Amino acid sequence: MNACCTERLWLDQIQIALTGRELLAVDATIAPGEVLTVMGPSGSGKSTLLAYIAGFLDPAFTASGGVWLGERDLLNLPAEERGIGLLFQDPLLFPHLSVEGNVCFGLPRRIKNKRQQVTNALEQVGLAGFEERDPATLSGGQKARVALMRLLLSKPQAVLMDEPFSKLDTALRQEMRSLVFSQLRDAGLPALLVTHDHADANAAGGQVIALG
Amino acid sequence: MSTNRNPLRGALTTSITATLLAFSLPAMATPDPSDWQSVVAEAEGQTVYWNAWGGDTRTNRYIDWVAGQMQAQYGVDVEHVKLDDTGSAVARVLGEKQAGNDNDGSIDVIWINGENFAAMRESDLLFGPFAESLPNFALTNATENPEVVTDFTLPTEGYESPWGKAQITFYYDSAQTEIPPQDMPALLNWAEANPGQFSYPRIPDFTGSTFLKQALIELTEQDEALYQPVSKGDFEAVTAPLWAYLDALHPHLWRSGRTFPDSGPNLSTLMSDGELSLGFSFYPTDAAVAVMEYELPESVRSYVLKGGTLGNVHFVAIPYNSPHKAGAMVLADFLLSPQAQAQKQSLAMWGDRSVLDIEQLNSDDQALFQQGDRHPSELPADALSNTLPEPHPSWMTALQEAWLERYGVN
Amino acid sequence: MLRLAPAMIIALLVLPVGAGLMMVILPAFGYLPALGGHGISLTPWHMLFAQPGLGRSVAVSFASGLVSTAIALMMVVLFLAASRGTWLDRGIRRLVSPLLAVPHAAVAFGFAFLIAPSGLVARLVSPSLTGWERPPDALIVNDPWGVSLMAGLVLKEVPFLLLMSLAALPQLAPEKCLMLARSLGYAPTVAWLKTVLPSLYPLIRLPVYAVIAYATSVVDMAMILGPTLPPTLSVSILSWFNDPDISRRFMASAAAVLQLGVTLAALLSWWLLEQLTRLLARNWLTNGSRQQGEIMLRRVGRSALLMSSTTALAALVGLGLFSVAGFWRFPELLPQMLTLDHWQRSGPMLVTPLLNTALIGLISTTLATALVLATLENEHRQHLQPKRALWLLYLPLLVPQIAFLFGLIVAAESLSIRPQLSLVIAGHLLFVLPYVYLSLAEAYRRLDPRWLQVARSLGVSRHAAFWRVRLPLLLAPLLTAFAVGLAISIGQYLPTQLLGAGRVTTVTTEAVALAAGSNRRLIGVWALMQAVLPLIGFMLALAIPRLLSAQRREFAT
Repeated sequence: MNACCTERLWLDQIQIALTGRELLAVDATIAPGEVLTVMGPSGSGKSTLLAYIAGFLDPAFTASGGVWLGERDLLNLPAEERGIGLLFQDPLLFPHLSVEGNVCFGLPRRIKNKRQQVTNALEQVGLAGFEERDPATLSGGQKARVALMRLLLSKPQAVLMDEPFSKLDTALRQEMRSLVFSQLRDAGLPALLVTHDHADANAAGGQVIALG
Repeated sequence: MSTNRNPLRGALTTSITATLLAFSLPAMATPDPSDWQSVVAEAEGQTVYWNAWGGDTRTNRYIDWVAGQMQAQYGVDVEHVKLDDTGSAVARVLGEKQAGNDNDGSIDVIWINGENFAAMRESDLLFGPFAESLPNFALTNATENPEVVTDFTLPTEGYESPWGKAQITFYYDSAQTEIPPQDMPALLNWAEANPGQFSYPRIPDFTGSTFLKQALIELTEQDEALYQPVSKGDFEAVTAPLWAYLDALHPHLWRSGRTFPDSGPNLSTLMSDGELSLGFSFYPTDAAVAVMEYELPESVRSYVLKGGTLGNVHFVAIPYNSPHKAGAMVLADFLLSPQAQAQKQSLAMWGDRSVLDIEQLNSDDQALFQQGDRHPSELPADALSNTLPEPHPSWMTALQEAWLERYGVN
Repeated sequence: MLRLAPAMIIALLVLPVGAGLMMVILPAFGYLPALGGHGISLTPWHMLFAQPGLGRSVAVSFASGLVSTAIALMMVVLFLAASRGTWLDRGIRRLVSPLLAVPHAAVAFGFAFLIAPSGLVARLVSPSLTGWERPPDALIVNDPWGVSLMAGLVLKEVPFLLLMSLAALPQLAPEKCLMLARSLGYAPTVAWLKTVLPSLYPLIRLPVYAVIAYATSVVDMAMILGPTLPPTLSVSILSWFNDPDISRRFMASAAAVLQLGVTLAALLSWWLLEQLTRLLARNWLTNGSRQQGEIMLRRVGRSALLMSSTTALAALVGLGLFSVAGFWRFPELLPQMLTLDHWQRSGPMLVTPLLNTALIGLISTTLATALVLATLENEHRQHLQPKRALWLLYLPLLVPQIAFLFGLIVAAESLSIRPQLSLVIAGHLLFVLPYVYLSLAEAYRRLDPRWLQVARSLGVSRHAAFWRVRLPLLLAPLLTAFAVGLAISIGQYLPTQLLGAGRVTTVTTEAVALAAGSNRRLIGVWALMQAVLPLIGFMLALAIPRLLSAQRREFAT
């Protein structure tokens, strides 16, 4: 996880509309290691923005504007080649795979010593020896950490987060916030956080855009 | 049923041949039954679809045995296509002919007699003549036993090969009924005294239709007319006593004649349930076999009516568009072999009487037909001497239509 | 490729039905050169209307469709309203798919054994309560007005409608509606009927229509339980098509068209009833009555469905009992002796039909599942809204089998396609596919889209995500849909019989063929086999996902 090769994420005058009604407009640049927080009430189109950037926008919406990662135009790429990692409020660990299977799922296909990488990653978040566990047997915090490591090992070039802490209880929330943000900073990834929790925005420490 | 027939292979062959059938149009020359060796050679490897009524478990069991033997002895795969009505097979061949399918029909052998044979002959739907060229045909001694070449008064002319003999046989539970009715008027009296305990299969069932003919022969004064094609003018007059009789009988039948059993075998099921006390069957041994198979109590006894009962020979025929005529002929011939005929007659298998002239067989073959003691529920051997001949097939159809007209809506 | 899937499905379902109907409508008016009909005439219709008892046949077909559906729907609705959360509810939910799996013919046989004057029920109460030493001479099975047929139909329709309702309910969040209504003072059953039912019914409407269409034209069940003099229209049609007299084919075609009309008339009547009910219910929904009828509704709701399920189970037990019965005289409740003879005798004959049944079921269901998955995946990728053209999927369920299968054979024959296994499989596909779609679509669409978004954001292509994420996550509904498909295939009588020319035998065709001989012991063996096969399918469908998750959990400590 080195910060040398990451690049800025540029949201170039994005406008999204639904049946002619404008939903949101965003224009921002996120530097490597920085977290941009987008805040707004429900229905303000926060998640739609993420879907547009990641490549999952429902065609019912009309959108314009560019998404650039360094010099690369992401909009012309299919979702899996954009290099954008996602964190949702649910950890969404695949129930048919073990913890190790989940983490491996994100690893590039042809790399050496996959096992070692997984072991290291799990150790790093205090889950050493959890490889063979069924995700259903983990606690909420453990699941969230596995989801985070799965994301990071897939070597994304930017990360989008959709209220990633809203389902955790207060104590855990603090802990996860610092873990997630420190990991992102260490990896030097530009990140976009969507939330309606001011504490999230404060912890992220970057610029804040308010929608709605 | 310990046969060396491999059912898995059978099923696979069915599937594979069935799949290939659509794309292959066999245009082989029709096999010539007088050159029997080449028929047998050609038959090997063929799959013969034998369409036979599947409502009788004993028949099914026997056909399954035959299939095993045919596979072992001739390398012919016999598939029993179980029909619920032989008419549907006739309809299928007719449909194929109309659609121009003249050499790739779906039926190779059909179990048939009476009106269905007449109908198929009339529309030229049968292959032949072949029956009299079959090697085993001689064993029937046809010159002495004309019934094996006559089907409902029509000469078979080699278009069907005899298979078995049937005769209407009544049976009753001797524990409940002391003296069963011996003729049609007595039957009516008996039914009045024992309401709801007798019935006959619903027309157009074959056994049911035979009951109508049996009653008609006994009741009408004009027996000769029955052996000629039915004519419109005659029909009313000849059958009037029958309808009068049925009108009187029906209220005393099972369910007051508002519904009828589905088929012949159904009568014995109903007797087994205690619903009927008197039944009849086409096979003189039926009651005995039913007792052996726990369907009827041991007190059941068989008998034929005083004036005799209708009997007939049943046959197998080959549709004109069968793609496996060689295999079909080998099957028809095997059915006439002493081995197959003896198996068929054994109570443990089916109990259908042989069409062979047993006394003319060599002693080894005769021995095959020795079956030890008679079963007490079986008909005494001498009781079957009084066989009434079947009327012309057109009577069957006419009676069926008239019956449905009268009693088809209750 | 994927984009072609919906078109393929529609073509696969609509073309055969259309061709079959065409080949029935033409001969109904005398035109079918292959059978020697060259001109247009009304003779087939004149012949048809001269048939004795036609009016009664039509009336029974029409009535059995409407009455049985109405009763079954009422039972299901009242059960759902009255039994939520009870032990009964949990038990029945577990029973519903096995009951759905048992083919119509098997249920019909078992039910007939139960209710016949010499059947199990009469034996249970005789001679102690009734004094019957012989079975009463009462016309119960095959009664002229089809009451026992309707009862048999209800037994099979209830599990189907229940399963469809249970599948549709979660999206309505019924618990919230109920909580709200009860907080406003409504009794639970009344609350359910007033708040959940109005939004549930539109979701199960199509299945209800399919049930009506099926019930008005059913053949195998009507042959076993239905009236005989005259039989239902569908059974008459079958015998006319099978008549050696070729002129009857034209009449049979006319009758098939009439059958289509009867089914459509029944559907139309139901639609009118819907409108009427809506009109009458409008006031009831908002009249503020909160308790009225609660106790009665609850009692009926709980007992009616319990009774039908118990009856269906008892029918199966009866089949089992007969299959091992030695001599068994009325009024003894149990056979004098038990024997495995019937099983041993049937054993060798079971092999080919069993293999055929399995082969046809597996191939047709696999094809159907693949096509349904392709269609749903295409819908998902193209972000298409469902509904449009969807009703075409249900065409084979709404058009009576007997009305187009004979025409389909004529069409196939004129293209030189002979009856054979592959034709049977294609025929089964017609009926399997809609049911697989019906069972899978909802679960497929409801799967959280974020699963796939996560997968793709981890660098996995759409294609790989489908195999590696969507299918494993949908394993349970997928297996259930597969089991439903298998059950439907196993139960098919008419398509197997007609498209295979009787050559392709399955346990169902053999069981129905044996029915003619009415040897109850053998019918017991075959019907039980018929029932057991789909049950195995459902058990596997339930067991496999559990087994897999248990395996994963073994490591968890």
